[in-house]
Amino acid sequence: MNRIQLLPIGEAGDGVLEYLCEALPAELGAACEVLRVPFDPQPAFHAERQQYHSTQILAGMHQRLPSDSWRLLGITPFDLYIPILTFVFGEAQLEGTCAVVSTHRLRQEFYGLPPDPKLMRQRLLKEAVHELGHTLSLTHCEDYRCAMAPSHSVEWIDLKGSSLCAGCRARARIIPPVSSLS
Amino acid sequence: MNEKANLLIVDDELIVRDSLSKWFREEGYEVSVAESASEALTKLAGLHYDVALVDIKMPGTDGIELQRRLHEINPALIVIIMTGYASVETAVAALKNGAYDYVTKPFDPDDIAHTVRNALAHHRAEQENVRLRETVAAVACPQELVGQSAAMKRVFEAIETVGPTEATVLITGESGTGKELVARAIHNASPRRYNPLVVIHCGALTETLLESELFGHEKGAFTGAQYRKKGNFEIAECGTVFLDEIGDISLKTQTDLLRVLQEREITRVGGSQPIHVDFRCVAATNRRLETLIEEGKFREDLYYRLNVFRIELPPLRERREDIPLLVDHFIRKFAVPMSKRITRVAPKAMEVLQAYDWPGNVRELENAIERAMVVAQEPELREVDFTLKLPFPPGGANGSRTLEEAERAHILRVLEECGGNQTRAAQVLDIDRVTLHTKLKKYGWKKTPVDVS
Repeated sequence: MNRIQLLPIGEAGDGVLEYLCEALPAELGAACEVLRVPFDPQPAFHAERQQYHSTQILAGMHQRLPSDSWRLLGITPFDLYIPILTFVFGEAQLEGTCAVVSTHRLRQEFYGLPPDPKLMRQRLLKEAVHELGHTLSLTHCEDYRCAMAPSHSVEWIDLKGSSLCAGCRARARIIPPVSSLS
Repeated sequence: MNEKANLLIVDDELIVRDSLSKWFREEGYEVSVAESASEALTKLAGLHYDVALVDIKMPGTDGIELQRRLHEINPALIVIIMTGYASVETAVAALKNGAYDYVTKPFDPDDIAHTVRNALAHHRAEQENVRLRETVAAVACPQELVGQSAAMKRVFEAIETVGPTEATVLITGESGTGKELVARAIHNASPRRYNPLVVIHCGALTETLLESELFGHEKGAFTGAQYRKKGNFEIAECGTVFLDEIGDISLKTQTDLLRVLQEREITRVGGSQPIHVDFRCVAATNRRLETLIEEGKFREDLYYRLNVFRIELPPLRERREDIPLLVDHFIRKFAVPMSKRITRVAPKAMEVLQAYDWPGNVRELENAIERAMVVAQEPELREVDFTLKLPFPPGGANGSRTLEEAERAHILRVLEECGGNQTRAAQVLDIDRVTLHTKLKKYGWKKTPVDVS
């Protein structure tokens, strides 16, 4: 069975790794485990922007990719960016192996609201499926309920679901989980 | 999504090209990159692009200059200018040169996604709009004016000339010659064609009713005015107002009309607020306005306002060569709704149709064809299918068919109808009294009533 490995980059907290390990297999038809190896994101840090360059993180992850890894997903509390954009929730190697997602802007605190760890975990799952979808050569989907729907703000993340639509599943050749067959 | 729109990213910084192109690919776009203006122009020559994201600051040709060149090559290309720092000057320069928008680096992901998506949606709506307008124009303006005679060719030329202008047009011609069709053709040839054409039959309405039709009325302006009503000049809104039978309106309404034509302002009946109106005026009459002016029934100043460009429609009897064409046109027009397979007119019947004078002009011909099609046996219209009142039956008044005989019979008949009054008969015949007198002398006519039967 295909295996998704989660790479913590910094302290993830709030039980997010456990949550993803439990939820991702059903969404993507692959097993999930946490890869406990040290990863230093500092080379990707931009002092002026106080953000981490996600593309550089992906390059670093790719260098440390275990030979038996099907997909490697970095989970980080740090704020990510690509040079032309103010921020990104995550980034993936399109049709590649590595992807990274940040919890920084998924937390309610970022928007001056009371913490809501449960909501943050749900958002993270959606973004994790979304970025892993890109590694499975999926581009953005027009179905607003699909995890591949474009979401450039948390409002749009909250609107969509954590599952791929039937079309995206077929394109990514994902065998539907048992629960959705019934 | 986006039906794989093609994007061209022009930026001299590799990191911008890389990160932006990757990001837009994930969004579902086809992306190409160029590091300089010259590379962008080369790429544009080879492939169709929907949107170009152009960096404003590049060595050599800068973004503003490139934007102008791109626009020359492909005016439909949407150009979004990317700038490192927001400045009013650059933004104004970009937008003045026709850029769709400008964005400041680094972009908010939501903003840039929306900007590109909206630009494409806007562009597609514009293209669809053009297509729909063409379709509507083709469907809504079937060729109704038929004719190949020199007189009609002059009319077509006049429509073509005056149509696209803003000039007021006066169409004159006998009843049934197709004045409204000409007005419609003028409207359809004008830039106002997508706005309404409002037709007002002035002769059919009483003075008060016409006033309220033209200018609208306020609630309670008169008994029965329960609601506020917009006048036709307001309804026409950027379109054309066609005033039919303009010779039949009262002097009071003429004065009001003159004011509207001069000031482009109306005041609703019972209202006090002047309302600006934007319309083009086309008027028509079957009466001689010059005569009405002489009689004091039509304002001379209004006449000059209306008679900016004149189109005179010839009566059908003066363009008999168009009759077969018109007959064919009407047969085709009625055949489908009547479900009749009539395809032609018997030669003898056509001879009658061409010989007839058609005092009711094309309208009378249309009615005659429609009536004949009801009673006719397939596949052709025959002489018996028509019931025309021929003033000069084939064979002439006394069995003679010479022009002189026909003229004599006609003149004497008219004179008889006028009770022997030569001045009136000359007016009806539209010849001067001396000519009539000479002709009558030639016929040996005396002042005693003449039996023409």
